[in-house]
Amino acid sequence: MTLKVNIKKQLNAFLLNVNFTVENGTFAILGASGCGKSMTLKCIAGVEKPDSGHIELDGKVFFDSDKRIDLPPQKRHAGYLFQNYALFPNMTVWENIAFVIEGNKEYKDELTQENIVRFHLRGLENDYPCSLSGGQQQRVAFARILAAQSKLLMLDEPFSALDSYLKWQLELELGELLDKYNKTTLFVSHNRDEVYRLCSRIAVMNNGEIEAISDKHGIFEDPQTLTAAILTGCKNNSRAHKVNAHSLYAEDWQLQLSVNQQIPDDLSYVGFRAHFFEPKSTQQQVMNCFRAQVLKVIEDTFSYIIMVRPYGTEGRPLRWELDKAEWLRLREKPLFLTIPENKLILLKK
Amino acid sequence: MIMDYSPLLISLKTSCLATVITFFTGIYAAYVVVRLKHFQGVVDAILTLPLVLPPTVVGFILLVAFGKNSLVGKILLSMGYSLVFSWEATVVAAVVVAFPLMYRTTRGAFEQLDKNIIYAAKTLGISDWKIFWHIILPNTKHGLIAGVILSFTRALGEFGATIMVAGNIPGITQTISTAIYSAVQAGDNDAAFFWVGIIMIFSFVVIVLMNLWLKNSARYTAKAPVRNEG
Repeated sequence: MTLKVNIKKQLNAFLLNVNFTVENGTFAILGASGCGKSMTLKCIAGVEKPDSGHIELDGKVFFDSDKRIDLPPQKRHAGYLFQNYALFPNMTVWENIAFVIEGNKEYKDELTQENIVRFHLRGLENDYPCSLSGGQQQRVAFARILAAQSKLLMLDEPFSALDSYLKWQLELELGELLDKYNKTTLFVSHNRDEVYRLCSRIAVMNNGEIEAISDKHGIFEDPQTLTAAILTGCKNNSRAHKVNAHSLYAEDWQLQLSVNQQIPDDLSYVGFRAHFFEPKSTQQQVMNCFRAQVLKVIEDTFSYIIMVRPYGTEGRPLRWELDKAEWLRLREKPLFLTIPENKLILLKK
Repeated sequence: MIMDYSPLLISLKTSCLATVITFFTGIYAAYVVVRLKHFQGVVDAILTLPLVLPPTVVGFILLVAFGKNSLVGKILLSMGYSLVFSWEATVVAAVVVAFPLMYRTTRGAFEQLDKNIIYAAKTLGISDWKIFWHIILPNTKHGLIAGVILSFTRALGEFGATIMVAGNIPGITQTISTAIYSAVQAGDNDAAFFWVGIIMIFSFVVIVLMNLWLKNSARYTAKAPVRNEG
């Protein structure tokens, strides 16, 4: 399975310009709301038309502006799981599935029955979508996509706007479904955790363009761009410039920091995750250790969030997160924080 | 009292036929206009105009368009037919004034239908024709029925354009509305009351029946489907 997408589409002041290739497995597009994720999926499915470019799946051209090819969605077989599942409200669960199957009645019945069983929908055959729970609706939508013999599966923010408990249930189910489905899957989300748990490769999208593509471990360890760092949950980010080969100055934090790796010339930001501070109560003879002034202590569900800044500076506060017990042990003593040299994330624009 | 019941028959024939015509043309127009990418506002304004114009203006325009000096009138005349002051003219007048109601309500219903449902059907390989008959129409049924009621009752009560283009010829083009006018002019209050009663009862019953039927057919729309907008 290979999906190649290289398209441009102008939408008022917004330019969608994406170029990526997906091999087997689950591929995620991670991006903030309105960055063009859904539009990209809609262009692949054929319900929106790009201005120019090329889309193909396994050598079958869906769209090519030069060759004037624009297959209708009906001929693309690109399964699209909508945010609200988009079941046909006037049809029962059975009818929703049977309606998309081509063939004689026996074949329809057989395939429908097969999918009803596979997705644990027995007993719900005669129910209308309006009486189903979110999870049941999702399973029907899945069964329908499989019954239609889709060659590709696209998931558009399947958990957005659900409460967190239901969301987790659905995510568990979806994980199982994806294992069963075993086809190329495109997953679009703004939630880094979902993406990390469900997908193998991740593309970070910002303002209509793909900024970075990598396997999931790569992108979380080395996000490369500021957007990717923020989307992967890096809470501390500062403008920065290179001082010498292994030293940089973080402008917002007003800190000079040394780094293990070679600093590139085009360094423009530095990031540091909130969990990676190493606290001590005395000054350490290591690099990047500073005496910290505590500005604010926020109690979170299972941790403390401490806003700190180097003593005597006016820099932007850094966010530090730690265990409740650890904070209770550390507070009321002088506080020295070390930013480990190998944990700094060097970012380009 | 000897009554001529022909206005009732003519009114029913006219408004039924007009409703059938506006049903199909209204739905078709709504389907096309919703998908227009350019000039949607202009096309919509033209289609809605008969709703807001005085019926006399509509009647006058029809007279000009179908009169014997017009192109259409000449073509019809060469085939030995004249529309003006014929029964068919009552249908044309009723269609023109009732059409915007059907078109507008249908368009509203089409626009309220979740686009993702149509998109989903397309990506699942369902042809546009099947989508229209099996998904769009059943899911916009309430809007369509409202449109039918409105256009039927509007056609039934049509007066101004009818009297200008079809006249008020008893037994041929005299509808209930025009019969009331004649009765009042002739000082025949009994006849006027009779026809007023008939048309009020008739309109009322039609609306009540449609409402009852709608209520009983609301099987899958009793509860709004779970929707997660975001």
